[in-house]
Formats: sequence, structure tokens, C-alpha cells
Amino acid sequence: MTRYSSVLDLIGDTPIVDVSALSPKSNVTILAKLEGRNPAGSVKDRVALSLVDAAERDGVLIAGKPDQILIEPSSGNTGIALAMVCRLRGYHLKVVLPTNVSPERRQLLIAWGAEIIDSPGSEGSNGAVRLAQSLSAENPEWVFLYQYANPANPEAHYRTTGPEILADVPEITHFVAGLGTSGTLMGVGRYLKEHRPGVQIWAVEPPSGEMVDGLRNLDDGYIPPIFTDNHGEDLLDRKVVVRPRESIEWTRRFTEVGLFVGLSSGAIMAGAVKCANLIPDDETATIVTIVCDDGWKYLSTGAWSDDIDDVVERAKKIIYF
Amino acid sequence: MTALVRIPTVLRPAMGGDTSVVVEGDTVGEVLDHLTASHPNVKGQLLNDDGTLHRFLNVYVNDDDVRYLGGINAPITNGDEITLLPAVAGGTL
Repeated sequence: MTRYSSVLDLIGDTPIVDVSALSPKSNVTILAKLEGRNPAGSVKDRVALSLVDAAERDGVLIAGKPDQILIEPSSGNTGIALAMVCRLRGYHLKVVLPTNVSPERRQLLIAWGAEIIDSPGSEGSNGAVRLAQSLSAENPEWVFLYQYANPANPEAHYRTTGPEILADVPEITHFVAGLGTSGTLMGVGRYLKEHRPGVQIWAVEPPSGEMVDGLRNLDDGYIPPIFTDNHGEDLLDRKVVVRPRESIEWTRRFTEVGLFVGLSSGAIMAGAVKCANLIPDDETATIVTIVCDDGWKYLSTGAWSDDIDDVVERAKKIIYF
Repeated sequence: MTALVRIPTVLRPAMGGDTSVVVEGDTVGEVLDHLTASHPNVKGQLLNDDGTLHRFLNVYVNDDDVRYLGGINAPITNGDEITLLPAVAGGTL
């Protein structure tokens, strides 16, 4: 095994595993990139490191200088990843977090030393964004990296996730990912389109009005600037809605291939299956999906153990996507 | 062809309070033309002057965003469900 000098060096180079046993069609291969293998447990490790590195490079943050404060709205994974990176780099992080995220996320943020500022659960991720924006305006000395508008977010995926996927799956025909900040889709999508113009880029989004995190429906009233800056409408080939029941069903089905994944990964897999179903029988296709994180921090939701009707109903009240 | 069009909350007052209406049309554009013919006061919120989809309106046919299926030319088959979802960011809706 390789010996690493820092946990930060463990970010990226995640494995891809064949999950075609879940494919509805024998002519369609489905591969899942396991981002839960990142050290803080999600795809957002790449983004967090990229945001902090860019800020240090631009002089917004100064490595080693005491009492530097960062603020970021997050309903989970970005906050957790930033908390880990900030802990190692010596920055104080304030995370604006909706009150109705799963308790595991709150505890992980605390574990890595982040300070939590509550935003109203009823306002979801958008409410956290708004509160972080206003607090940042009131405290101009705080550093607001703002993942929704920071080019270092899609850049992380353009520089690392995209090349990793193409190196491991040169025969890729479709890339399916969730629409959150849109960073993954914009960064990977742009890289793949530049190197394999025929690859189709599919976005998966939750229904409007669902209390979701990680995946965001653009109709909920907030279009991330990085989506617009990267000409998202032109980059995407298709955008499909996946409902909570499908998300939970596919989250559970992932265990059939030995994977215990977070709920947004189930939603993305449901999108990949919709994609697979459209491939004609006389063609072959290779779909790459993202498993954003593992299932551990969603155990309290009962997503695997409770009656699915109860879990779906609960999905309307608590953020756990 | 006929499709069931789901009306978003924000548009219901201007459309008689209906949550959904059945509208005829072979394409998304034809369905919206028929819809706005009977409710002309919402036309500006759904379509641009040239008949294309308003930038801040997303239209889904059976959960699939029509912007990537040919826009107003996206075909409709009997029984399709069309959802209109306005994005409020930067829009007028």
C-alpha cells in the first residue's frame, strides 16, 4: 500500500464498480463511482479541498494566520468535508445548517470542530444559502467560499473526477449525476464533452418542493450561478425528476450488489435506470453514475429498516437526500 | 392527443383555481397554445413572444424536462402528464 503524508492526499482516485446486476437491460452496463471512499465520506471532499486551495492561492485565506473564519451554507456533505479540511489547515468554520438534517450530519460537523448556525428547516437548503449570504454581508471579515458560485467547485470535478472516469471507463456513453450545486455535472460534463463529445450528460433532480439536500430542484427558486456560468442548459442532454419512493427503492436495491449508499445515490441510480430503459435493444451503452456518499449518516432515517410508505412520508418533513 | 396539465400554485389564481386541466395537442407547444388560448392572461408567463418556452419556466412530460426533448416540439402521447414549474429566481412569476 502507498504511504500518504496527509489525509488530504487520500481525496479522489475513487474506485468504480460494475453494478450492472441492477441494470434493467442486458445490453446496458452501469458503473458506479464510489465517492464515499473519500476520507470525510463524500464527493464533497474534492470540492472542499478545491475551494480552500483556491482561496489560499488567491490570498483570500492565508495558511497559518490565526483567527481566520469561514462561513458556508450546507445541508451536509460540503460542510462536513470543509470542516475536515479546515481542521487540518487551522481555520474556524461556521456552517449554516437547516435544522431538519439527519442528526448524523450535525454530529459529524461537531466532530470535526465546525460551529453550527441553525437555519429554518422549513426553508431547506435555500434558507441556509440566504442566511449565510446575509451573515456574510454583516461580517465582511468572514471568508465566504460559496460553493454555489465558486468556479473552484466545478473545477475540482473538471480536474479530477472527469479524468478519473474517462481513464477507468474510456467506453463511457452516458454520465448520470444529481443536480445539487451542479458542480459535479458542470465539471465532469464539461471534461467529458471536450474529450468524448458523444457522451450524454443526464441530470437527476428531486421533485419541486421536496425537502431535499444534495439534490436541488432548480424550480425551488434558486439557480446556482455555476450552472449559469457553465452554460448548464447547453451542457446537459437530459434532466429527469426522480421521486422519493424511487430514490429509496433504489437505495435499498444497491445492497443487492453489496453497496450501502446514501439516499441521493439511490435517486441517481433511479435516473440511470430510466436512462438504460431508453437504450434500444440492438445498441450497447455504458452508463457511469456517482455514489455520492455511503449510507452511514442516514441510518437514523430508518430508510432501510422501516416501512417504505413511512419513509416516503417522512421524506417530506426531514432533509435526508 | 390529450395530456393532463398540472398547474403550479402560483398560476392557479389566473386559471380559475384548477389544479390540473386536460388539454389537446400533439406537441408541448400545441398543448401550451391551447392552454393559453383559453387563459390568455398567463401566456406571457409561459411563452416568449416568439412562442418558445419562457426561460424561467420548466416543463416536464412524465418527469422528463422537455427543454432536452425538443422544447415546444417535444411530442405528446395520449395520457401524458405535463407539469409546469416556474423558477422564481430572477423570473417574473
